[in-house]
Amino acid sequence: MKFPRHLLSIGDLNQESALAVLDTAKELARISDGQIKKLPTLRGRTVVNLFFEDSTRTRISFETAAKRLSADVINFAAKGSSVSKGESLKDTALTLQAMGADAVVIRHHASGAPQRLADAGWIAGPVINAGDGTHEHPTQALLDAFTIRQHLKRDNANLDGLKIAIIGDILHSRVARSNIFLLSMLGASVTVIAPPTLLPVGIESWPCSVSFRLEDSIEEFDAIMTLRIQRERMEEAFFPSEREYSRYYGLNGDRLAQLKDGAIVLHPGPMNRGVEIDAKSADSVRSVIVDQVTNGVFIRMAVLYLLLSGTSINLSEEAKA
Amino acid sequence: MSNSFKLVNARLASNERTSLTVESGVITSIGENSSGSMEEIDLKGKLLCPSFVDLHTHLREPGKEDAETVASGTRAAVRGGFGAIFAMPNTNPVADTAGVVEQVHSLGIEEGRCDVLPIGAVTRGQEGKQLAEILAMAHSRANVRVFSDDGHCVSDSLLMRRALEYVKIFDGVIAQHAQDPELTKDAQMNEGVISSRLGLKGWPAVAEEAIIARDVLLADHVGSRLHICHVSTEGSVEIVRWAKARGIQVTAEVTPHHLLLTDDLASTFNPIYKVNPPLRTERDVHALRDGVADGTIDIVATDHAPHPLEAKECEWPAAAFGMIGLESAFAIAYHSLVKSGSISLQTLIAAMTTKPAVIGGLSDRMSGLTVGAPACLAVIDLERTWTIDREKVESKSSNTPFHGFEVEGLVESVLYRGQWVMRDGVIRK
Repeated sequence: MKFPRHLLSIGDLNQESALAVLDTAKELARISDGQIKKLPTLRGRTVVNLFFEDSTRTRISFETAAKRLSADVINFAAKGSSVSKGESLKDTALTLQAMGADAVVIRHHASGAPQRLADAGWIAGPVINAGDGTHEHPTQALLDAFTIRQHLKRDNANLDGLKIAIIGDILHSRVARSNIFLLSMLGASVTVIAPPTLLPVGIESWPCSVSFRLEDSIEEFDAIMTLRIQRERMEEAFFPSEREYSRYYGLNGDRLAQLKDGAIVLHPGPMNRGVEIDAKSADSVRSVIVDQVTNGVFIRMAVLYLLLSGTSINLSEEAKA
Repeated sequence: MSNSFKLVNARLASNERTSLTVESGVITSIGENSSGSMEEIDLKGKLLCPSFVDLHTHLREPGKEDAETVASGTRAAVRGGFGAIFAMPNTNPVADTAGVVEQVHSLGIEEGRCDVLPIGAVTRGQEGKQLAEILAMAHSRANVRVFSDDGHCVSDSLLMRRALEYVKIFDGVIAQHAQDPELTKDAQMNEGVISSRLGLKGWPAVAEEAIIARDVLLADHVGSRLHICHVSTEGSVEIVRWAKARGIQVTAEVTPHHLLLTDDLASTFNPIYKVNPPLRTERDVHALRDGVADGTIDIVATDHAPHPLEAKECEWPAAAFGMIGLESAFAIAYHSLVKSGSISLQTLIAAMTTKPAVIGGLSDRMSGLTVGAPACLAVIDLERTWTIDREKVESKSSNTPFHGFEVEGLVESVLYRGQWVMRDGVIRK
């Protein structure tokens, strides 16, 4: 299996390498479940968390992942951008390179910033996209796929035959973009559900079907993923009010009751309880939202491991050693 | 070199062979054999045409001299075969008074490589709120005939109407940058399948087309001349075609980059491809070429937009819009329009010489190669293949999307009012 040099977008993966991430994460989860919390794999390597946008949860998840692999972690919270006349992405990258970063995990408000970092020749090591603008968030999609597989499929399978709904602000969601392409690549049939104002132009060419109405088909799905809706979208007139959005596109107790047996509810967090999801749904037995957080660490460990070690060596052997 | 000489063995765009005499900066005869003792310069069958006229250049002076100056911009112009360039007013300060346009105009005269013709702002500070002192600019030494808020759209319908009416005093023209500001807030690239996939905010075709539709109707209503800058979509071509059929006095330009490049290049996230209006789709490219072929689009103009390196060496949304284009304009247009079979060489030369001169009111360039016209000429080796190299440009900026492109048609020499400002690739001074 050839793993890509960087993880910038789901487009960097094929089904084989995507499953390799899930399988590696599963193995790492198994090891962590036992006595061994920390593996020596990345000892002496330095992973930089370069965050141009606040995201405590994603940062902590990557930090935990790197530390469990014994890597040294540097957290670099860069507020500046060329727009605000702070330090440029280029200078930040050159600084990290000069300090000997072995891998850079980047979160940026600008779509494509991780790809610029990877392609411009400013740094040598692998780049991992931890969310860029409204483009992609590949590790989130991988942890979602992992969680769905964990609950709905047997070991090492792909997602063939599963019907998955992604509800909400598809237009501005990097989570949705990565998930649509990953879940469909893994065999699931994906439906996005949103008002037309929150759907991107040309979505008919994406590997998903589109619906404007949540109530029409909710009982069909094996997994429902609701996306965080941001208040500023209402101010920009994408929809008239939170109340109206919540009524027609929010997940609530009534809709939860219509789900088929065994169907699960996902949310990438942080949630706006009472807007896109109510407390009853978020805390129900169907909710796997807390599992998503746990699995996020294993997925990020797997990605760091595959990018930095370059080979799929036997983890169990390594843990014993 | 003496004041008089004869260019022999020249090939015209019509493919006809001829010779041409230049005396005291003026063309004094074409195709006559008797020359007496005059110096003869053998062009060896290379193309001889009027030097080009660019209706859309950004020279950045005053205010952004790190990107371009009148000196560097006119050198780039000469390298590209241009003998006259119209300089857009989005400088700092904005060219919205007689003082600023005269400054740019006189800098051009000092450089003496080509005509520099300032375009005046339509509105004060290009803010779209009240008319600039258009008549004062028209009556200044810069003799401004073209007005534009380029970079911004004159989006207020009433103000646009007034501007169109006002320039009738001196047969001027309003060159509109057609972009509905509300539909393109924070827009980054063409809105379509690619922008959606990349998560970059879209600049929809309708934002251009809606303004053009409104403006041709306004021009019709008040009987004024309207010019549309950098037309980029299929729908825009259709609207202009309709307007011309209706007899509306509208002209349109297209840039070399919109005739060749498409929005899929944004997938690299390399802002070298970020431009306004954005690169569109293959379908639009073909519609633009067809528009030039049937005369809907009158001219090729560069929209030469220099930016310093740091404005492009960054993440896409933070980068500046624009591409340099003077030096590669002919080669890219030749490839996209003539080599592709859309139009004849003659049509392309007209679209880069006499037609922009007519739109811009540049009276001494309107008739092309004629006796009595100033000897503003370009010699082009059409067979010569060359590679566009951003490290070897005359412009102060290197933001060309064509770096590494192998193209045909090299401008070898340029005469400006009888003086060789470039000879065999060497620019004077």
